[in-house]
Amino acid sequence: MKISFLLNGAPVELDQVSPQMTLLDYLRTQRGLTGTKEGCNEGDCGACTVMLRDGTSRRALNACILLMPQLHGREVTTVEGLPAPDGSLHPVQQAMIDHHGSQCGFCTPGIVMSLAAAHSSGAKDYDSVLAGNLCRCTGYAPIIRAAEAAAKLTVPAHLAKPAEAPTVPNPEDDLTGGDAAVIADADQLADWCLAHPDGVIVGGATDVGLWVTKRLDTLGPVAFVGRCADLREVTLSGSGLQIGAAVTINELARALTPLYPDFAAMLSRFGSVQVRNAATIGGNIANGSPIGDAPPALIALGARLHLRRGSDRRVIPLEDFFVAYGQQDRQPGEFVEAVSIPRQPDRLACYKVSKRFDQDISALCGCFNVQVTDGVVTGARIGFGGMAGVPKRASHVEAALMDMPWNEDAIAGTWDAWAADFTPMSDMRASADYRLETARNLLVRYYLEDLGAATRVREVSA
Amino acid sequence: MTAPRPLPHDSATLHVTGTANYVDDLQAPAGALHLAFGLSQMARGTITAMDLEPVRAAPGVVAVITAADLPFANDVSPSVHDEPLLTDAEVHYLGQPIFLVIARSHLAARAAARLGRIEIAAAEPILSIDQALAADSHFEEGPRIYEKGDAAAAIAGAEQVLEGRFEIGGQEHFYLEGQAAMAVPQEAGQMLIHSSTQHPTEIQHKVAEALGRPMHDVRVEMRRMGGGFGGKESQGNALAVACALAARATGQVCRMRYDRDDDMMVTGKRHDFRIDYRVGFDGDGRISGVDFVQYARCGWAQDLSLPVADRAMLHADNAYLLPACRIESHRLKTNTQSATAFRGFGGPQGMIGIERVLDHIAHHLGLDPLAVRRLNYYADADDIGAGGGLSAPHSGIRPSPPENISGKMKPDADGGIQTTPYGMEVEDFILNAMTETLVAESDYLARRAAVAAWNESQPILKKGIALTPVKFGISFTLTHLNQAGALVHVYQDGSVAMNHGGTEMGQGLNRKVQQVAARVFGIDPGGVRITATDTAKVPNTSATAASSGADLNGMAVQVACETIRDRMAEIIGALHQCPASAVAFEADEVRAGATTLSFAEAAKLAYENRVSLSASGFYKTPKVAWDRIAGKGRPFFYFAYGAAISEVVIDTLTGEYRILRADILHDAGTSLNPALDIGQIEGGYVQGAGWLTTEELIWDDNGRLRTHAPSTYKIPACGDRPDIFRVSLWDAPNREETVQRSKAVGEPPLMLGISAFLALSDAVAACGTAYPALDAPATPEAILAAVTRVRDGD
Repeated sequence: MKISFLLNGAPVELDQVSPQMTLLDYLRTQRGLTGTKEGCNEGDCGACTVMLRDGTSRRALNACILLMPQLHGREVTTVEGLPAPDGSLHPVQQAMIDHHGSQCGFCTPGIVMSLAAAHSSGAKDYDSVLAGNLCRCTGYAPIIRAAEAAAKLTVPAHLAKPAEAPTVPNPEDDLTGGDAAVIADADQLADWCLAHPDGVIVGGATDVGLWVTKRLDTLGPVAFVGRCADLREVTLSGSGLQIGAAVTINELARALTPLYPDFAAMLSRFGSVQVRNAATIGGNIANGSPIGDAPPALIALGARLHLRRGSDRRVIPLEDFFVAYGQQDRQPGEFVEAVSIPRQPDRLACYKVSKRFDQDISALCGCFNVQVTDGVVTGARIGFGGMAGVPKRASHVEAALMDMPWNEDAIAGTWDAWAADFTPMSDMRASADYRLETARNLLVRYYLEDLGAATRVREVSA
Repeated sequence: MTAPRPLPHDSATLHVTGTANYVDDLQAPAGALHLAFGLSQMARGTITAMDLEPVRAAPGVVAVITAADLPFANDVSPSVHDEPLLTDAEVHYLGQPIFLVIARSHLAARAAARLGRIEIAAAEPILSIDQALAADSHFEEGPRIYEKGDAAAAIAGAEQVLEGRFEIGGQEHFYLEGQAAMAVPQEAGQMLIHSSTQHPTEIQHKVAEALGRPMHDVRVEMRRMGGGFGGKESQGNALAVACALAARATGQVCRMRYDRDDDMMVTGKRHDFRIDYRVGFDGDGRISGVDFVQYARCGWAQDLSLPVADRAMLHADNAYLLPACRIESHRLKTNTQSATAFRGFGGPQGMIGIERVLDHIAHHLGLDPLAVRRLNYYADADDIGAGGGLSAPHSGIRPSPPENISGKMKPDADGGIQTTPYGMEVEDFILNAMTETLVAESDYLARRAAVAAWNESQPILKKGIALTPVKFGISFTLTHLNQAGALVHVYQDGSVAMNHGGTEMGQGLNRKVQQVAARVFGIDPGGVRITATDTAKVPNTSATAASSGADLNGMAVQVACETIRDRMAEIIGALHQCPASAVAFEADEVRAGATTLSFAEAAKLAYENRVSLSASGFYKTPKVAWDRIAGKGRPFFYFAYGAAISEVVIDTLTGEYRILRADILHDAGTSLNPALDIGQIEGGYVQGAGWLTTEELIWDDNGRLRTHAPSTYKIPACGDRPDIFRVSLWDAPNREETVQRSKAVGEPPLMLGISAFLALSDAVAACGTAYPALDAPATPEAILAAVTRVRDGD
């Protein structure tokens, strides 16, 4: 495999690059660019944050779980490339100095990169911008002051929004040689999957990256699908929303905001900005995790999964894809091409419960979509994560609610159904008892929100 | 006296540009080797067989070392030689290093380290406090007991008595830069070590032992750490010793860093505690006697657990005059990571114990906990700043009471002045005044009423508010550690190089000390070069710990600078017919009579007149004297104070919560640098709140830590800081003669986070009648369980 990309403005061509080398290791060990730090090597701390550009906007990504083939055709900016060519500091760098935003300084390059990416896009929701950048020293307050000060200054010319996508030296590099392939479109992926039925498909590498950095796996045949334009489309039609498998979580959240705002709001707690900029909806579904956050909401919306093998396609209810823990209804050579959400009135509420509000994995995630007509429940779809070995519908609860008057008695009447639906486990995130009790309480919350009660701590101020 | 300047961290520009070097950023020559430990996968047992052939055969492996291969001392303990670098026979915890891989890359070393086939005859691990008590597994001969008066009698005679049990979880340091070291072999068997350590001298000491060399053959250099928090006081020993041994064996530069998961599996954390309490008090909440039993889970090796547990006992009073008090401390030995130093060093655990007691009393009596707290406070010292007494140099000798001690000072049970449970007079208390100011400025009383009204109107969400004080003792309790050295050079061009024994871990120590040095010479701080801590320049240093960094090293540097300045003054005065005492160093100039020289000209002049422009400085803390066995004396030079008010909201359906607002007033004496001090306070509060809320360490029944990465161990994220976050400094000079009358600020602010925990308890209490008896950390699950308890009214 041979790839090419831009690094701090300079073209780089790499022959024989290992498809499982991370950008972080490349920068630190091959290029001596040690400004980018390793804090956790799993995409949770953000000390390795860099900026990546494929189209015309820059986004923050974690270099520690970014595999080199993902860079092909893109432009990478590291902290070394942040100052202007004359050496003058970026506004966020100067503001971090002026507002005492660094103490030990180890998280600082990552913080600066996240803030610079936000600065270039105009994002000012700093709790979200920085959710993926852990700082153990400052308590974050001075960093926010720095961000607010820098926001008043213009984007430096060398980082101004470019007119077009980066020009790479050799777009026709050898992208499919050997075991690794940078895939161009869905048809090519279909062929590749037939040829490599046990191959690994990498979208954003936010999961597969950890197989490499933590389990120290050797990946074998691997296909990188981030450049498949046709898998990155979101289409809204009369029948609903169709989402390509390689659509990132951030792109998905943008598409969902006008339709199902609570789904979009929940996705704003999916990993961090860096993770959402990389992670794909297809990956979040296909890896079959019982604690992925998108599937419960999609199940509650009655989403359907579009699977493809060669030119054969089939469409199944999403919940049927999750057969058992670690087992999905996907044949060798088959891949997730898209997921679709039927058009419907928005009754969806999504509740993610975790120890930490931002950038945590759900203890449980409950998504409710209960249709009420003239005071009576006429439809109920409830999806849960963290309550079983797979993302799962609360079928008994749904049945207990159907045709009941939408009132406290109906809620109370579901008590036993919860235990029929779920036998959660205890782990480091929560006990089984807490999960079951809280799942029940989330239905109470859903009902009370219908009555206009305040139930969300993030909507309260002092 | 010029006002302290809020200069940014000395490395701020390097930080933001990614050019500040940490140990793993240092460029090594080609051929440098990388190390990784093979770790035990069992918590307790005896090694019966070890097959390391697969490790040796793995790609890139150069050598594998076991305990049998070690040439000299196999020990990395900072205290009692009970901590082998590589275990030989017995396995004491899951994660213990058994063998060392030397390989051509970090990745190759990590991969090979997983290939060892170790057979261990398993024994039943002792994991919990209860298991340790049942097995009588502990350090020291028995529990330590500190007593003041007859607590049992005082409790028996009290109008009311309460008792309770409080479990307090530990805390992972989560320094962003993991442990790292590098060894560079030198000529004649000497060794240069780069280590991310708070304690270069200890690294030097342990490496020298391991190499069978005198200490002068080992040099340790440390420019900066990416965070320490106590986690690099002793926990870096293993990596530095491993690198030195591997470098000795191979002749190559050897480096080692822990992957984050290994770091969390191998290294110690904050001690978790159980505290049983029994307290007697009257109808107003005035305490007559309290009995604490503290159980500290120390892990498998002693490390620093004894002084940690001592400090927990020493903070069992916090800000309260306890007429009678008994504190019994158990230091339990378990098959888990060896718990170690962590910001506060036991103080936070001791302090939250008495804060819990005050909260419990107030709840029982239906009073505002703040009223009960203030009732039990020590009395404030006189307003000794009145009349300008402190702008003049302090005599350093404390006049005997009552002349200089307020008439408000509370008599002790024996009629003497107020003392702590360990017999130290509390003569610098200021929390009555601080609390009054904070309550007024934060509008506490009105907000408390508003919280109650809000709770009446809300069925699901409940708010809580709490004020907690901090009184934290400053000095190493091991008295001989309270010393520091410095080395200062003035070059003939007037530039200054400064070195001292303290280490920079983000706290801004070097900037503070640089400002001290610059002030002595009357020059801009930029004229003083900060250099890496280096055992070849300043020997026999203490760890940068116990908040002592600026107090000790600032003084030592000041002494060295004054020595040079006085020599310069003497020669310049002599040359310009002016007494040395009248030579002024100010604004980058030296004035002697009518003559004004630039500082550079003055330095050149001194050099040409053959005056030594290099000096060492030394400082030792006065007044401290402590008998840790008897529990009597003056372990601390002074106390640092603070108070915080936190307001929170909880969700009674899920236990989720948020800190809405924090108001903090903190005592940094006359701040050496207000910006750096406020940084310590903001960061300390959030770190303390994290300890007590989302940071949960969970071991399974096999002794495996299940929360060994940031994916499962949750330190506060950006959005967890209080929505409204107001921090101010209590601007008054230290009563004691510290460097420029400042106060230590490293550890004390962490304990301001206790207010967030008790605000959560206050919110839970709004759900019913029973006492919440919330344990720490207050995860959403713990909050929901407490809500249920309170509602059930048991």
